[in-house]
Amino acid sequence: MRNPLFKKNIISINELKRNELELVLKKSEILKKKPQPNLLKNKIIASCFFEASTRTRLSFETAVYRLGASIIGFPDGNNISLKKKGETLSDTISVISSYVDAIIIRHPQEGSARLATEFSNGTPIFNAGDGANQHPTQTLLDLFTIKETQDRLSHLNIAMVGDLKYGRTVHSLTQALAKFKDNKFFFISPDALIMPNYINDMLQKKEIFWKRCKNIEEIISEIDILYMTRVQKERLDSTEYANAKSKFVLHVKTLKHARKNLKILHPLPRIDEIDYDVDQTPYAWYFKQAANGIYARQAILSLVLIEKH
Amino acid sequence: MQINKLQVEAIRSGSVIDHIPAHIGFKLLSLFRFTETEKRITIGLNLPSKKLGKKDIIKIENTFLSDDQINQLAIYAPHATVNYINEYNLVGKTFPTLPKKIDRILICPNSNCVSHHNFITSSFIFKKNKFSNMDLKCKYCEKEFPKNIVLSY
Ligand SMILES: [Zn+2]
Repeated sequence: MRNPLFKKNIISINELKRNELELVLKKSEILKKKPQPNLLKNKIIASCFFEASTRTRLSFETAVYRLGASIIGFPDGNNISLKKKGETLSDTISVISSYVDAIIIRHPQEGSARLATEFSNGTPIFNAGDGANQHPTQTLLDLFTIKETQDRLSHLNIAMVGDLKYGRTVHSLTQALAKFKDNKFFFISPDALIMPNYINDMLQKKEIFWKRCKNIEEIISEIDILYMTRVQKERLDSTEYANAKSKFVLHVKTLKHARKNLKILHPLPRIDEIDYDVDQTPYAWYFKQAANGIYARQAILSLVLIEKH
Repeated sequence: MQINKLQVEAIRSGSVIDHIPAHIGFKLLSLFRFTETEKRITIGLNLPSKKLGKKDIIKIENTFLSDDQINQLAIYAPHATVNYINEYNLVGKTFPTLPKKIDRILICPNSNCVSHHNFITSSFIFKKNKFSNMDLKCKYCEKEFPKNIVLSY
């Protein structure tokens, strides 16, 4: 099989075609069933976190170790000499790219991962989050979890709940799922945090069904995936927030009429938008989803770094 | 044509950017860094124009604009014409067409965009929105903005 991802930069989920997404998911599945610890033996990978994101970093680093590669890098931008000496991001990337086989970068500014590709002399860059912009491996693990639990990525009814305005995970996931056939989207959010127009326009253009709903109860019996996200207090005024809390929090009783195959996902960390009681139901899948991040990241790392699979 | 030639000193050889909307000429000079040259530049502001009512005009001696530069003019001056002059004669005429992308001259309205830092140059691509207007999409932060928002930035 030709591997179209070989030596590619992984910056934005939009740049991955449907067949490339499918390839990553296939590889994730294989690696989950059958670990291949020597796939990246002798490779060195830099993990450059210019801002702390412990969960993402540990997930990436675990993936690297599981593939038998070594890691260099730093866990947050504040204490590194690069920052103290005022070195630019572009210079840092130029230097580090000459040491390693790939660079994982997390940076608070939007577009920083794309910028890194211009100074990496062909060393592949993996975007581990650039500000509010992209976090492609989060979307890959979301897709992998959906595929795994529903056995398909098409003909699905997906509800997204919470902060749909600023939540980049829901934007990317919607964009990715829009590449597959006959998916339907249900958006549930406070008025102040609705899905941005560019997402709705994209769906409209592709003639994909989407609908705003008032609450989760309204559509619980129709959906296969319930993707919950956190509403940050500072995004709403206090009455709106109180309202949002009562309306957009998931309780066990809300799940009474759920489909058997329903799975609840959440990019984590959860604050209080999912009741702890929900954890005990067969629908709760967010911790398994987080665990899948390792396989999805292993898959994308190995596909970019090895031509033949 | 004859009248305009008299209003702004004729050049022997070089480029004449004509039919620039009034008040935009000065902006073009700085945005396109036309003044970063030792070449002689003459500029006419608020000249009478049949097409535009009032127009600006820029003449740059011994300089021939690249196709890229000409097309980038289209974003500010869609009706501009660029005339090439040799030995006081008109030897060529081109019309800018909106380019697919525009580098360097615009600033991304997203304040957290990396293009504001690290001495990098901005880069936008044009995209049609659902109302068939042009939006500009930043290559770095991937955000899309209506054209007039980016231009007024
Ligand atoms: Zn930008």
